[in-house]
Amino acid sequence: MTTPRRGRSTASPGLPSWVLGAAGVATLLILLELLPLLGIVDPRFLPPVSQMFAALVTNASTPEFWVALAQTVTTWFLGLAISVVAGVVIGVIIGNSPFLREFTASTIEFLRPVPSVALIPVAVLLLGTGMASTLLLVIYAAFWQVLIQVLAGVQDVDPIASDTARSYRFRTVTRMRAVVWPTTLPYAMTGLRLAASVALILTVTGELLISGDGIGGALAVARESGAIASMYSYVIVAGTLGVLVNVLARWVEQRTLFWHPSVRLELVA
Amino acid sequence: MTTATVRTAPKRSRSGSRTRSLARRLFMLFALPIILVALWWFGSAGSTNYLNPPLSTIMAEFWPTWFGGDSFADTRFAQDVLPSVVRMLTGYGIALVFGIALGVLIGTNRSLRAFLEPVLEFFRAIPPPVLVPVFMLFMGIGPEMRIAVITIGCLWPVLLNTVEGVRGLDPVLKDTTRAYRIHGWRRLFKFVLPGASPQIITGARQSLSIGIILMVISEMFAGKDGLGFMIVQFQRSFAIPQMWGGVILLGLLGVVLSLIFRVITDAVLKWYYGYLQSQRGGS
Amino acid sequence: MSDPAVGAVLLEVGGLGKTYTGRGEPVEAIADLSFTVNAGEFVCVVGPSGAGKTTLLRCLAGLLPPSKGELILAGTPITEPPAGMAVVLQEYGRSLFPWLTVAENVALPLKEKRVPAARRRELVSDCLTAVSLGDDGGKYPWQLSGGMQQRVAIARAIAYEPQVLLMDEPFAAVDAQTRFELEDLVRSLWKRLGVTVVFVTHDIDESIYLAERVLVLSGRPTVLLEDVAVDLGEDRDQLATRADPEFARLRTHVYELVQAAKRGARSIQEAHLSH
Repeated sequence: MTTPRRGRSTASPGLPSWVLGAAGVATLLILLELLPLLGIVDPRFLPPVSQMFAALVTNASTPEFWVALAQTVTTWFLGLAISVVAGVVIGVIIGNSPFLREFTASTIEFLRPVPSVALIPVAVLLLGTGMASTLLLVIYAAFWQVLIQVLAGVQDVDPIASDTARSYRFRTVTRMRAVVWPTTLPYAMTGLRLAASVALILTVTGELLISGDGIGGALAVARESGAIASMYSYVIVAGTLGVLVNVLARWVEQRTLFWHPSVRLELVA
Repeated sequence: MTTATVRTAPKRSRSGSRTRSLARRLFMLFALPIILVALWWFGSAGSTNYLNPPLSTIMAEFWPTWFGGDSFADTRFAQDVLPSVVRMLTGYGIALVFGIALGVLIGTNRSLRAFLEPVLEFFRAIPPPVLVPVFMLFMGIGPEMRIAVITIGCLWPVLLNTVEGVRGLDPVLKDTTRAYRIHGWRRLFKFVLPGASPQIITGARQSLSIGIILMVISEMFAGKDGLGFMIVQFQRSFAIPQMWGGVILLGLLGVVLSLIFRVITDAVLKWYYGYLQSQRGGS
Repeated sequence: MSDPAVGAVLLEVGGLGKTYTGRGEPVEAIADLSFTVNAGEFVCVVGPSGAGKTTLLRCLAGLLPPSKGELILAGTPITEPPAGMAVVLQEYGRSLFPWLTVAENVALPLKEKRVPAARRRELVSDCLTAVSLGDDGGKYPWQLSGGMQQRVAIARAIAYEPQVLLMDEPFAAVDAQTRFELEDLVRSLWKRLGVTVVFVTHDIDESIYLAERVLVLSGRPTVLLEDVAVDLGEDRDQLATRADPEFARLRTHVYELVQAAKRGARSIQEAHLSH
């Protein structure tokens, strides 16, 4: 089982972490440059990393690139926002009513593992091949992440605190604010983090398979037209987006929870 | 999956109340699903919109589409669905083995972890669907490509979660293990792996979702057979009830795999749930 | 490793020093400690908080390398956790494997020691019975109360049949009632098995009740203030022994030493004892 990581200094001498990390990145870049140049890997399939970056720079100087990036980010953000709001609201409502919780339990357990990609043809038929279809995918996938976490959070509310609030006849709103929300918040933050990552994955999926716009679409176009270095440049962009999303989600989590003791345990979800 | 079991007080012996409680459980289990299905059924019953065929039609087409044929081996299920799933599980399995092995290695070695962490975080952040076009370059559209894509896509959550799990092993337990001179394989199987198992299983769960996504995407995007490919074929040839049937089948597949996963991991983590309960002050 | 006769020197600590280096200023936890422990003795270590008691124990256990000085167990220097030494820690809950049953927990070090299966079963069963947990072998540690968990840790330690038993404030986190029972348990096991015990505690009463010798440590950087002999007899009883006037005298003596240590005294002379 895991304990909250303590920041105690290690007694072992050695290079500080950031130096080692930078060395790791440098090693990777060198490998990616040398492997194709030395012919160990076919340079048609894996061009040297310098070419990838060159293509990235070229692409970044075109407006189409930024349009595509904006499309991806917009879809991601919109889908995430909607699913978070829906997930929290529905989660709190269901979570606070034992009847609703039990009533919806089987449905949630059944719908949750349905892969969102199964909805692709449905989305295409009903909503066409625009952003709306991709948005449907994103919302479907991200919503469950948030919902499950919020439900767990509401259930984790200390029954003693809850009873105390009830016995003092707190209005429901006050009880929500004073008792339910503080316990649920860390779970909601976990849900946000998971949902943010999933949302990006589905955004790119939708772009690849449905709409053909955004970063995913640009990547597919690059591949089809044989601009391989350009395709990899979009892979780099996608990866960087992913890293930024993770960093942002963790930052939000830290800021909202800096006052909260990390007693919560992340669900084995 | 949640540790959410409903806290209902068990009713005492009288058989009348036991039947009542069983009836209540059944009601809760099936009421909402039945309502939803009924809504779909009757809502689409008179539909003339070809995009939204009556559920009755979809159901009627379901069996012949997927299970029709002279023998089981002839059915679409056997020819497309099963191989898809086998490919997915193969890739998933390889990813699990390598992810856990590498994760233990990296998690134990501080310098190695610091060295690799930024690189691993970057690779993990690449949305897995992006790998499909890349791998198509190298390997065409055959089954090897799909297994490779699934393997690489499933690797990261398992690997990184294993690293986290190993890193978070209780120092008191670690000292105890050292003090009693427990090393080597015994230490790995009795301390490191069980200790990290909740985290590893979290990673395995995420990987399962990614595996399914990649299985479908690799077939929809670049397939010539498989469940994903069939669904897209149906869609393109406007065989809409069959397409819906495929979608339902895919959904069912996700549910079944998830269930199997849950059953296995609940058994493995039985001690963990008990342990958590006791930590929360009730057991 | 040779098995010395009772009374011969088993554990030697010579000029032990430990300085923690890390980010920031180095911290000298232990300046200079020297003492010996004979085979079969029960020695307690007390001192003010932060006195490096735990550091001393971890060095003895081989978990922490000393910065200077030497540690010798039965003639062999301690460079890593030695065979023949068992440790019981304060955080009993976290020192037991939650995925193993109580019996499996006790058996695990024995498996590593390659004790044959039949003997292993015998040891596990005997030791669990000795700590009054004979029927609980099939339970998981988290199903037991705190005191019972600490008994499992003790059972595990004695099943290991160690020459030396190290205990680091094992009863600090246990309620008073249970603490008395566990103290008596440890003493009875010690007498029965003839194991050498080094017991670290901050509880002065406990140290005098349990030990034949009490090592009083100074504050940081730690040196040995005094090696107090405790002559309260072989058989001790929670009520009778603690009411003995000699107990009270010893308690006052050690208490004053510890208070002086908190004030910074680094030798008996500096402690300016009242008697």
